[in-house]
Amino acid sequence: MQPPLLNISNLTATYMEDGQHLVALENVNLQVQPGEFVCLIGPSGSGKSTLLDIVSGLFAEVEGTVEINGRALASAQRPGSTSYMRQRDLLMPWRTALENAALALEVHGHPRKESQRLAAARFAEFGLAGFEGKYPAQLSGGMRQRVAFLRTVLAERELLLLDEPFGALDALNRSNLQQWLVKLWEREQQGVVMVTHDVDEAVFLADRVIVLSARPGTVIHEERISLPRPRTRAMLTSDAFLAHRAVLLDALGLLEGDVA
Amino acid sequence: MNDRIARIIGPILLLLALLVGWEIAVRLTDTATWMLPAPSDVIRAFKDDWRLLLTHTRVTLSEVLIGFGIALAAGLITGIAIDSSRIIERALYPLLIASQTIPMVVLAPLFLIWFGYGLLPKVLVTALVAYFPLAVNTVDGLKSTDRELIRLMLAMGAKPGQIFRLAKVPSALPMIFGGARISVAFAVIGAVFGEYVGAKEGLGYLMDRSAAMFETPRVFACIFILAAMGVTLFALVSLLERIVLPWRRFTAGST
Repeated sequence: MQPPLLNISNLTATYMEDGQHLVALENVNLQVQPGEFVCLIGPSGSGKSTLLDIVSGLFAEVEGTVEINGRALASAQRPGSTSYMRQRDLLMPWRTALENAALALEVHGHPRKESQRLAAARFAEFGLAGFEGKYPAQLSGGMRQRVAFLRTVLAERELLLLDEPFGALDALNRSNLQQWLVKLWEREQQGVVMVTHDVDEAVFLADRVIVLSARPGTVIHEERISLPRPRTRAMLTSDAFLAHRAVLLDALGLLEGDVA
Repeated sequence: MNDRIARIIGPILLLLALLVGWEIAVRLTDTATWMLPAPSDVIRAFKDDWRLLLTHTRVTLSEVLIGFGIALAAGLITGIAIDSSRIIERALYPLLIASQTIPMVVLAPLFLIWFGYGLLPKVLVTALVAYFPLAVNTVDGLKSTDRELIRLMLAMGAKPGQIFRLAKVPSALPMIFGGARISVAFAVIGAVFGEYVGAKEGLGYLMDRSAAMFETPRVFACIFILAAMGVTLFALVSLLERIVLPWRRFTAGST
């Protein structure tokens, strides 16, 4: 049997704040299968972003193991083994859209010219045709986020880590990019771990939604989403969607104490 | 386009008007030439002494360029060193700032004692004056690199050298150019000051000698050359910045 793409066992992480040890994550167990789309939701401070930082190797765990593709990797070995996208697009203002999209390839050792050729080949598919030579300051927020997506996807890693990639966008842009991401992912079938605070977004995109508790963060609920693929906007009002949504809101404690 | 023409023509017209006013004022008041020469007297000095002026301009210009070159190299090296290590930063930064509190008036005569009347002491004064803005702006520029961008690159598995080359240097360049523009103007002042303290050639020396002989039109000719030198060097650095950093035109707050 194929090993899980990502296997996190008994993970505990702490950090220092104002001279105090705070437990960010406690005894977290999580598996992602190859090609699976997993969303992480939880209250702020539940350590969702810390979990992604740990998987990418930016932050070291105190206890537990992280296996990627069946190989246990220490935190110092993990950088470069996943592709990470953060809420801010983090495009380099001095690079054109094309040069920005090619960055991860360049970092991974591809020659500059070849990286840009590979990036250019996918501009149309990302709705960016004609904008190759534009600088980030000349692009809209939605466009910049697409360039950042292209950079993330082009890194050619089997596991994508997305930290609220739509968090900074307005509702319309957000909804467009969600649909676009779902189509892209259904073609690419890369493994995804995406952090979001939006329950609807999680249900619409994911195969499985994992709910983390407030600090110290630990897995309190796992919801397998039964909606078929390909996903469409019409499903947003289906009974199955609403049922999943209700279960997740309940797990987050958001259905208690409703004001009638 | 009209705006651009206005930007070039405006200062020229103003300068011409000032020169004409100056000419008229001197003639009407019948001021002695050794006291305040009219622009026409200065033009005559340019005509009569152009060979002399050219010789001394060459000397000053080479002091400025060599001094600025040394300051640029030293500023970049110390800036990078300070940014690369906290230990170096703690050791070097206070010294860097303290060095600026020693007045050049004190140092220049010492250089004269140590290095004589040649080119070297002038180049050193120039380099010292031009060094500080370059060093400080290099440090600040490198430190201004977006920390999240560095983390993103670390997550990609980027090596320290890649982060330096692909993220830090480009982040720092606008500030380094800002420092270079200030430095190049300082360098002209530094070179003239170095010559004033003791020299056998250069525009500062020529001004000093000409003033002593009441050759005031020639003093003014020197002043004009120095002003033109400063403005031209400043413009050249700005031009280079536009070529090297084309993206700056699209970001807010660019000059």
